[in-house]
Amino acid sequence: MNGINVKALLKKYTMVIALVVVFIFFTILTGGRLIVAQNVSNLLLQNAYVLVMACGMLLCILTGGNVDLSIGSTLCLSGALAAKLMQSGASAPVAICASLCVGAVIGCWQGFLIGYVHIPPFICTLAGMFLFRGLARVILDSRTISIQNQGFLNLFTSYIQIPGLDENRHCVSALIIGIAVAVLITLISLARRARQIKKGYDVGSSKAAIAKIVVIDALIIIYASKLMQYKGIPVMLLWILAVVLIFAFITSSTVFGRYFYAVGGNEKATKLSGIDPRKVYFWAYFLMSLLASLSGLLMGARIGSVDGAMGTSYEMDAIASCFIGGASAYGGSGTVPGIMIGAILLGVINQGMSIYGLSDSWQYVVKGAVLLTAVVFDVVSNHKTGKS
Amino acid sequence: MADYILEMKQITKQFPNVKALDNVNLQVERGEIHALVGENGAGKSTLMNVLSGIYPYGTYTGDIVYNGKVCKFNNIHDSEKLGIVIIHQELALIPELTIAENMFLGNERKNIFGKIDWDKTYDDAQKQMERVGLKEKSSVLIKDIGTGKQQLVEIAKALSKNVKLLILDEPTSSLNEEDSKMLLDMLLDFKKEGLTSIIITHKLNEVAYCADRITVLRDGSTIETMDNPDHNIDEERIIKGMVGRELTNRFPAREHNVSDEVMFEARDWTVYHPVYTEKCVDNKVSFKVHKGEIVGFSGLQGAGRTELAMSLFGRSYGSHISGKEFIKGKEVHLRNAHDAIKHGLAYATEDRKVNGLVLSDSIAWNTTMARMDKVSSSGIINVPAENKAAQEYVEAMRTKATSVQQPVSTLSGGNMQKVLLSKWMFAEPDILILDEPTRGIDVGAKYEIYGIMNDMVAQGKAVIMISSELPELLGMCDRIYVMNEGEMVAEFRAEEATQEKIMSAILQSGKKKEAAE
Repeated sequence: MNGINVKALLKKYTMVIALVVVFIFFTILTGGRLIVAQNVSNLLLQNAYVLVMACGMLLCILTGGNVDLSIGSTLCLSGALAAKLMQSGASAPVAICASLCVGAVIGCWQGFLIGYVHIPPFICTLAGMFLFRGLARVILDSRTISIQNQGFLNLFTSYIQIPGLDENRHCVSALIIGIAVAVLITLISLARRARQIKKGYDVGSSKAAIAKIVVIDALIIIYASKLMQYKGIPVMLLWILAVVLIFAFITSSTVFGRYFYAVGGNEKATKLSGIDPRKVYFWAYFLMSLLASLSGLLMGARIGSVDGAMGTSYEMDAIASCFIGGASAYGGSGTVPGIMIGAILLGVINQGMSIYGLSDSWQYVVKGAVLLTAVVFDVVSNHKTGKS
Repeated sequence: MADYILEMKQITKQFPNVKALDNVNLQVERGEIHALVGENGAGKSTLMNVLSGIYPYGTYTGDIVYNGKVCKFNNIHDSEKLGIVIIHQELALIPELTIAENMFLGNERKNIFGKIDWDKTYDDAQKQMERVGLKEKSSVLIKDIGTGKQQLVEIAKALSKNVKLLILDEPTSSLNEEDSKMLLDMLLDFKKEGLTSIIITHKLNEVAYCADRITVLRDGSTIETMDNPDHNIDEERIIKGMVGRELTNRFPAREHNVSDEVMFEARDWTVYHPVYTEKCVDNKVSFKVHKGEIVGFSGLQGAGRTELAMSLFGRSYGSHISGKEFIKGKEVHLRNAHDAIKHGLAYATEDRKVNGLVLSDSIAWNTTMARMDKVSSSGIINVPAENKAAQEYVEAMRTKATSVQQPVSTLSGGNMQKVLLSKWMFAEPDILILDEPTRGIDVGAKYEIYGIMNDMVAQGKAVIMISSELPELLGMCDRIYVMNEGEMVAEFRAEEATQEKIMSAILQSGKKKEAAE
């Protein structure tokens, strides 16, 4: 019995284990530089665009293994527009609204074509990839525009520091908030468990549940203490968390989210169950473009400037994260926590290799190998359990 | 000493969690038609997969003795080389290729340079098609011919491989009575030419009709082998072997309590084909269903019954739909499936895998799919409530599953059907259209599904049952409508209906049509 449990556990947490192994590997390889506070803090910020866009990409992939190739270009267009507007004197809120509106319009456009006109997503978004990249370059006039608007930069790239309490190297607020979040998670988990037991629902063993809470709490507190040592909690982290939590909630707990799984699993059956697949496709691509435009703002602010090449091949990172994180290439399965693990795994590999000083060319080789390994592993292990 | 072409001795096949076959013995005489019967999950398909090499030598224990020699097949090619050919229930034809291309797929007619010899391919295919009485050109695409003809292509393909032992897994499950009989007669003809066949089927009348001997499997073991020399074996006798008990009645008793209130009515319902829009699939069909009534729809394949049902169910099929539909006396205009469900109409499809269920999702998700609003508030799903609801249906339907989290794809056909019915029961419809609700499922599960139908009408719902099996229509329905080529041709009350009357109504309408043309 115990043997089976370990096996099931290994299978369930394969990617988590892979992440831990890779993390330890690069920590050793870089002589501990990977876990220096600044690098830990930067890990998520560096990959903000992947984390955010992978959430939207998951929706597209859920509908049947469809991808959105245009998001790298949409990201660039959104950033370019914001930068251009602010350069010509517009305020930050105006620029942000304009960029998000452009994202929404692009989303409506692609969602309409894919959902209602039945243009194959691959082709539709391939066209979008050229179109929006071109438009972005038109706006930028093939130049790099730097972003000077301090309000805009603060909104995305500043750190939470409470005067009097915090200093750059010692932001106690980060640790306090980290501990508070850990306590909150513990309380909510325990309360939910107690409620489920009271109602007579089936719950797992208490040891496993407690172990899970302890591990999560420990990770949050360690992460918070690292943030404490480097400027505190970055505002961009809050943006990422907001998007990730909203999408995790949508996909796991709402009727709306369930529709994506249903359409990807069996579109005909879904239609006969009174669900309109056209709407589902529309929303997948709408939300995807919206997140891409948000990512454009995040990346623009982080880099501090926008050029015509920004976001090139970012769509591939988002797609890779989803597949590494266990989304099915045929649609119908995949979770937000899963793809976050995939995205962070990619991020750790990227950053680890950069710190180690591996050349760009080799980084591509490694990324490709990791993606292939993950998908092959997924297919083979599913095949063995007879799920195909 | 009988001349056995095949002996399977003490076959045991172990899957990770379950022993699918336990010391199974099967002896097939040369030149006979041998029927393999048993409930779903009894191990029939597993046994045939062992035989054909899909489960290679070494993954099972026991011996396969074919023509007196022990065989160790590593794959399906090994068994085909010796003339063992299996035709699966789900036809393995490629819709976009021609009949001839399909027939010689993997076995192409080539010249010495390896170039495909198309003239020979089409010519050879035509010859094989003549043998099975298939009147089509070998250059026709598979997707343009019906399921019955596709089945014939599969058989012709088997013949082209120089088959000695032909295995047919549920060959008639998607055929109507007429096509089924043609297929069985053909097997009997081939028997005269010396071909040995093993046929797996749930249709016991077919077993009695064509099999020389019958082997019964139950729970992975051989129960018995019966002789059927005069082709008149008692079906009850076979059932007893299959379920291990005597089913006193194949249809559960029901109090006929039909009220006068009309639940559903269609008037002059006309539907055209969605792609070939000038082709009329249902022409001015009118019918009624009362509260507490089970109404049957009989007809041959292509009679337009499924098309009628789907078009009524929120225009889920067809184009240029005209006519009126009424629910509880009020005219309704159902624009889509969502509308139909809202108005208390439900349609359980004939093809549970393609149109009915999301196979990769769990029982719970499938159960609530058509009415998510019942287990959610302001769009947020109450997961415990959802699981509880699904659990209730699993228990009520006696679906065999480890938990409601189990993916539907891992269930047997009968249990999948129960999940499909659960899904539509959960939708709380007033009118439930069941399209071939017992296709491809075993006797025991059929009986349970009949029971569920009876419960539904007892609750005052109305049930429309579309079926190609006349006995079950006669056994279950209060009234039976007969359709042919898109038209309503007859209506019988249960007491007056017989198989003969229904068939003759169909045939006569066909003749009339011909005469008119």
